[in-house]
Amino acid sequence: MSLASHPYLKIDHVDKTYARGAQTTEVLADITVAIDKGEFVSIIGHSGCGKSTLLNIVAGLTPVTTGAVLLENREVNDPGPDRAVVFQNHSLLPWLTVYDNVRLAVDKVFGATKSRAERHAWTMHNLELVQMAHAKDKRPMEISGGMKQRVGIARALAMEPKVLLLDEPFGALDALTRAHLQDSVMAIHAQLKNTVLMITHDVDEAVLLSDRIVMMTNGPAARIGEVLTVPLARPRRRLELAADPAYIKARQRVIEFLYARHRAPALQAAE
Amino acid sequence: MNMPLLGGEAKPAASARSAPAAVIELKPPRSGLSGRILPALSTAAARVVPPLVTLGLLLIVWEMLCNRPGATLPAPTKIWTEARDLIVEPFFAMGPQDIGLGWRVLTSLQRVAIGYGLAGVIGIALGTIIGQSVWAMRGLDPIFQVLRTISPLAWLPISLAAFRDSQPSAIFVIFITSVWPIIINTAVGIRNIPQDYRNVALVLRLNPIEFFAKIMVPSAAPYIFTGLRIGIGLSWLAIVAAEMLTGGVGIGFFIWDAWNSSRIPDIVVALVYIGGVGFLLDRLVALIAGFVTRGTAAS
Repeated sequence: MSLASHPYLKIDHVDKTYARGAQTTEVLADITVAIDKGEFVSIIGHSGCGKSTLLNIVAGLTPVTTGAVLLENREVNDPGPDRAVVFQNHSLLPWLTVYDNVRLAVDKVFGATKSRAERHAWTMHNLELVQMAHAKDKRPMEISGGMKQRVGIARALAMEPKVLLLDEPFGALDALTRAHLQDSVMAIHAQLKNTVLMITHDVDEAVLLSDRIVMMTNGPAARIGEVLTVPLARPRRRLELAADPAYIKARQRVIEFLYARHRAPALQAAE
Repeated sequence: MNMPLLGGEAKPAASARSAPAAVIELKPPRSGLSGRILPALSTAAARVVPPLVTLGLLLIVWEMLCNRPGATLPAPTKIWTEARDLIVEPFFAMGPQDIGLGWRVLTSLQRVAIGYGLAGVIGIALGTIIGQSVWAMRGLDPIFQVLRTISPLAWLPISLAAFRDSQPSAIFVIFITSVWPIIINTAVGIRNIPQDYRNVALVLRLNPIEFFAKIMVPSAAPYIFTGLRIGIGLSWLAIVAAEMLTGGVGIGFFIWDAWNSSRIPDIVVALVYIGGVGFLLDRLVALIAGFVTRGTAAS
């Protein structure tokens, strides 16, 4: 009970309203999510429902209108390396090599606490974690989209964040690369036990990776429609899960929520 | 440069595979030194020969137009005979005003270096402020848009009145001419920094100095160098005009002096020098730009 009253990360009654002149648009309405340490939580919803806005609020990149985000019971308002973000479009700095992109984060976060040699070792350790050490001297434009995203994950992990925020990290990748990266993220999560908040619009991805799935209704004024706990043991294997009744049931619940009860506005209009 | 080499290596494999069918006997690829040098030479020739041909044709037309009685301008052959010492010996020094064009160009370049250097530092600094702050842009941009249209020569009397000396006046004219494109391009570059890079900086909590050095400058570098390249061209244009009026040593004053003593062939030689140096300056900045901004073009 004490765990529930003091969760690791708490999104507490968050409202977000955008004001353009006299016109105001409510994007998020009364969002409350509590995430425990080491938990992997996905937020799923149709595009335009404000799930990326929610992630930006947790990251501190967008201010809340009302409500608060609490990390270890302390309010967070501004961005910081304790909530590292893996951006949808990787956001690597193109003028730096793969190594330097990660090293920049390491130097900034551990500049005072780690020696030069330790920072080098930590940079390489994180590149090895995502299997990108071989390309450390390449520039972002010389590697594939999947590799860029791996480096983006390494950069975020290297900050040793309290919460890892993934903003549709695999959305721009082809299906095979995506599956490969999902397996990598699962392996890393199993090893490091990070607390992860992931935005996605992919049902299989959400069910495969998450401990809980937060389903959001359509905007404007999107709210939490349903929260589903995924009762699958870890480690999870893609092949075995395909026929697992619990997996199929969880998948069905999400699909039913997204396509039967809260279908995308564009789909409704098409009928 | 690599393509012909790779093509040469690929050929024997292809011929070996198609040998049983005995369709076509491929010519064995040239190997060794000649195989590498000849393609390089031919690419170089493809670049050098066309402009040389054009130049030759121009000289012939010029010679035909001016090599007759009553022509107002000297023909190339006349320039060669009358201004030969200027052409073949750029670095002679016979007296305070009787020196080679190389020395004069160097004096002018020195002024450009100071004025353009100042313009670079101040232009990038001001451009950064304008690009970063909406209020600085609103306050400064309209004024800059008006000031930048003022001709370099119009600044000269004002700067002469202010500095009471020709040397700082000439440098000021260089500065004021070349600073505007640097400011404006830097500001555009800073304003165009993708939000993603700003987010990365925010998450990493980079301080303003780190943000400037690690995100702003590299991200805006292509824009900044566009401004710097326009700026070097403008300052080389301005120095000649400024020196014609301020006097002293310099390529601009040399032209004015030659005009006053009716040495038209000397003027033509000086024009060739100015064009050549201007071209080299532009190439130099482009070269530095290419070196510094490698990797920033695509993401």
